[in-house]
Amino acid sequence: MARERVPVVAGWFGGEGEEFRLTGTRCRSCEAVFFPREDAFCRNPECGGRELDEVPLARRGRVWSYTDGRYRPPAPYVCDPEREWQPYTLVAVELAAERMVVLGQAAPGVGVADLAVGMEVELVPGVLNEDEEHLWMTWHWRPVTEGAL
Amino acid sequence: MSDDVAVLGVGMHPWGKWGRRFTEYGVVAARAALADAGIDWRAVQSVVGAETVRGGYPGYVAGASIAQALGWQGARVTSVYAACASGAQAIGTARAQILAGLADVVLVVGADAAPKGFFAPAGGDRPDDPDWLRFRVLGATNPAYFGLYARRRIAVHGDTPEDFAQVKVKNAAAGSLNPNARYRARVSAEDVARSPVVADPLRLLDICATSDGAAALVLSGLDFAHSHGVSEPVRIRAVSTVTPRYPRTELDLPDIATDSAAAAAPPGLGLRPSIAAAAYEEAGTGPEDLDVAEVYDLSTALELQWYEDLGLCPAGDGAKLLREGATSLGGRIPVNPSGGLASFGEAVPAQAIAQVCELTWQLRGRAGDRQVAGASCGISVNQGLFGHGSAVIAVR
Repeated sequence: MARERVPVVAGWFGGEGEEFRLTGTRCRSCEAVFFPREDAFCRNPECGGRELDEVPLARRGRVWSYTDGRYRPPAPYVCDPEREWQPYTLVAVELAAERMVVLGQAAPGVGVADLAVGMEVELVPGVLNEDEEHLWMTWHWRPVTEGAL
Repeated sequence: MSDDVAVLGVGMHPWGKWGRRFTEYGVVAARAALADAGIDWRAVQSVVGAETVRGGYPGYVAGASIAQALGWQGARVTSVYAACASGAQAIGTARAQILAGLADVVLVVGADAAPKGFFAPAGGDRPDDPDWLRFRVLGATNPAYFGLYARRRIAVHGDTPEDFAQVKVKNAAAGSLNPNARYRARVSAEDVARSPVVADPLRLLDICATSDGAAALVLSGLDFAHSHGVSEPVRIRAVSTVTPRYPRTELDLPDIATDSAAAAAPPGLGLRPSIAAAAYEEAGTGPEDLDVAEVYDLSTALELQWYEDLGLCPAGDGAKLLREGATSLGGRIPVNPSGGLASFGEAVPAQAIAQVCELTWQLRGRAGDRQVAGASCGISVNQGLFGHGSAVIAVR
């Protein structure tokens, strides 16, 4: 039986395939953008707006920095303590239009040696962890390969 | 200056991994500070405790827990929490009470008992908590953020892992002279290079450990100090506890993203330089007046960042300043003569207080083999997650 795909956090991303995007919110008064989303109040001290709309963030950005986790993080990070730890890569990505930096894990197989500050990356859906009933979905950053759309 | 407060006494429990309750460490540090001040505990009018989130409920009411352990004597009590900046907020609270005339003598104390390994968020299923989310969604430990900052410095400023290692070499050399430090062995650049990578490009010896420890101060008004027979006390001249300004464009723990600068221009100063700027303004001093600095070297790379944020050198020149030897003992502006977090490890609520203990010993000329000759003005600086600035300027 197919396992249910569940976002690790509801409302932070959506869309299929090429349309997959992080979901932020934008203030109707001052147009400030927030990710993770702010739904109740605008945090711009000049504004004080209370109406925010969902907005998809840019699919592509440039690497601001990157690192990896050579040791198993503590809970609530989910991993199988019986299996040898597989380091994951973490990427901080600068989005040009939003003028913000967003963290994410790199797509499986992307290591620190594959990355450079300033490199173009794109957002792809990924699996954070799985259990018997669910695939817990997240976002990953992946280097843009030449010629790909 | 009428807004100064006097440091009558300082005390610490040595840093380490001792396996005891945080209150035990706190009592040892408090008694040492009281003895140093020549003040009877029963004469203390106010206790300000920096909280720990690792001690259960007693940790959240650290001021009362330590007052109880010292023996209830009726003093006013306050407990404050600001992550790594908790100690500075405790000092700031004590100073405000003294300057407002609410108390003549205040005991400030911070103590922690740390678990082995990475700090972890509070337990339970708490998807509204950014600190919980960064672990659940990204597995982003504190060293992961340190790794991001270090890689960024390599890319933007041309720092090298060898530069980072030299920070550890410098701080370990100073720490070898400090009886309160947890790690007292000298470290070579080769030792650092041989230690395992934790969060690329940082290795185990680039990253501070988590420690048990405690530090305490006895603070008073200047009139009280004079009447107590202390004619030239070390004086606290500024306490900076500023927060960021929106939009905040530097990625900070525990956030998954920065603010967006698309709709509002970023502030002229980011948080870290603004911490120092506020302290300098309050004290009427600048970086050129400093003789010594204690900075929060959570990682070796971060110490270089602080050089620039304190204005000890232009942006990007931190590694150059280090290579010149300016920040070593005997240099133009020694940084972390205590040995820093590299030699102590972090005992969160005690650490900013411990920085001021070191400044006090330095300004009294009582720092022994690690003495900075003729020190008369020092700064301590640190930053707590969730946007807490922390700096203290002390003079004598």
